[in-house]
Amino acid sequence: MTVLDFINRLLGREKPSGTMARQRLQLVLAHDRSDLNPELLDQMRREILEVVQRYVEIDIESCDVSLETEDRVTALLANLPIKRTREFPLPIGSGSGSGIGSGSGPAALALDRGTRTDTSAQRPAAGAETSALAGPSASLVPGTTEPGDPPAGIQP
Amino acid sequence: MGKTTLTANLGIALARLGKTVAVLDADFGLRNLDLLLGLENRIIYTAQEVLATTCRLDQALVKHKQQPNLALLPAGNPRMLEWLTPEDMQTITGLLAERSDYVLIDAPAGIEQGFKNAAAAAREAIVITTPEVSAVRDADRVIGLLATMDVKPVQLVLNRVRPKMMANQEMLSVDDVTDILALPLLGLVQEDERVIVSTNRGEPLTLEDNPSPAGQAYLNIASRLCGEEIPLIDPSKKRHGLRARLINKLRKTTGLF
Ligand SMILES: Nc1ncnc2c1ncn2[C@@H]1O[C@H](COP(=O)(O)OP(=O)(O)O)[C@@H](O)[C@H]1O
Ligand SMILES: [Mg+2]
Repeated sequence: MTVLDFINRLLGREKPSGTMARQRLQLVLAHDRSDLNPELLDQMRREILEVVQRYVEIDIESCDVSLETEDRVTALLANLPIKRTREFPLPIGSGSGSGIGSGSGPAALALDRGTRTDTSAQRPAAGAETSALAGPSASLVPGTTEPGDPPAGIQP
Repeated sequence: MGKTTLTANLGIALARLGKTVAVLDADFGLRNLDLLLGLENRIIYTAQEVLATTCRLDQALVKHKQQPNLALLPAGNPRMLEWLTPEDMQTITGLLAERSDYVLIDAPAGIEQGFKNAAAAAREAIVITTPEVSAVRDADRVIGLLATMDVKPVQLVLNRVRPKMMANQEMLSVDDVTDILALPLLGLVQEDERVIVSTNRGEPLTLEDNPSPAGQAYLNIASRLCGEEIPLIDPSKKRHGLRARLINKLRKTTGLF
């Protein structure tokens, strides 16, 4: 360790590399062990948020759903700060439209076929997830169609 | 990393403790155990001929001159990999187990078929890794595989430990690695130049009466395997004197250096 390293460390400017090694390992091993690829994890994360959002309004910006591992046990940890609870749960498949998954690329667009009206009680097509296209205002308004109409037969 | 070095040193150390030991080179692709034990010039038959029953086991076994309690069953031709099955490995180790207190299998690297063959023949395992991210990650894969193959217990040896770097937190600590891999620690082997010298000579460090730090670590591992309780001392925390203790305390409370 050079004097400069030492000073940086003392001033808290730089983490020791051993600490970084541990943190990076813990992250990569959580993924190795769960055998979930990042894409699937991302999809699961969005679907979880979608379900939770039917019951409570959550602060999307500070939501964190991640894999952690300890003692060779891998856990999915979700930290979802609640803004307020909903009086009635939204029906299944009613996307929140709060912008989760927005900009998540072509995969999200291709899957984005669900009905997003809260009058709809129909299950969206397999793999449907929250609005990748819908803007926040569009999604929860009954009967609102989105850019690119959902396929016929799904919209009530 | 350090599997073959561990196998050779542990074999000698166990033999010195009065146990009969057979070491099996299961790294058919990159055989080295014979070299590290200094037995490369005395090989006549190998595991291949034993399996083909063209020779008897005791004809193939190479006894160590200074430690005749130890015998090596050399690896055959690298092409053995093409036809060898897990059952073949179980047959060989079964034969060796009949005549030895300990059978040590030097496994190949990786998690491919060669490794699976070796693991299929093992009852327990020692996983050896260095405290580096890539090595620990690979070790984690191996541990996962061993769990599915029902090999247990699995114990951990941490190799090439550099106490100074660890104390400066410029390396994963002993606790980091044991926490992450969640295995009981069987031994700590320091980075030691003497390992290379002993490899050059084909004389494992554990042959010496006053071995270097790594040699002592291998002797301790052997004693622990035999049930002796020898405390594990984390060399990065080993400091003497008042000043050192103060520094240690400061380090712990501030976590700064
Ligand atoms: N504790 C150690 N200190 C210094 N060098 C070591 C130590 N352990 C292993 N080595 C060196 O690392 C290299 C690989 O060791 P080896 O036992 O052949 O590993 P493996 O069988 O896992 O491939 C060798 O050159 C060996 O001398
Ligand atoms: Mg080897």
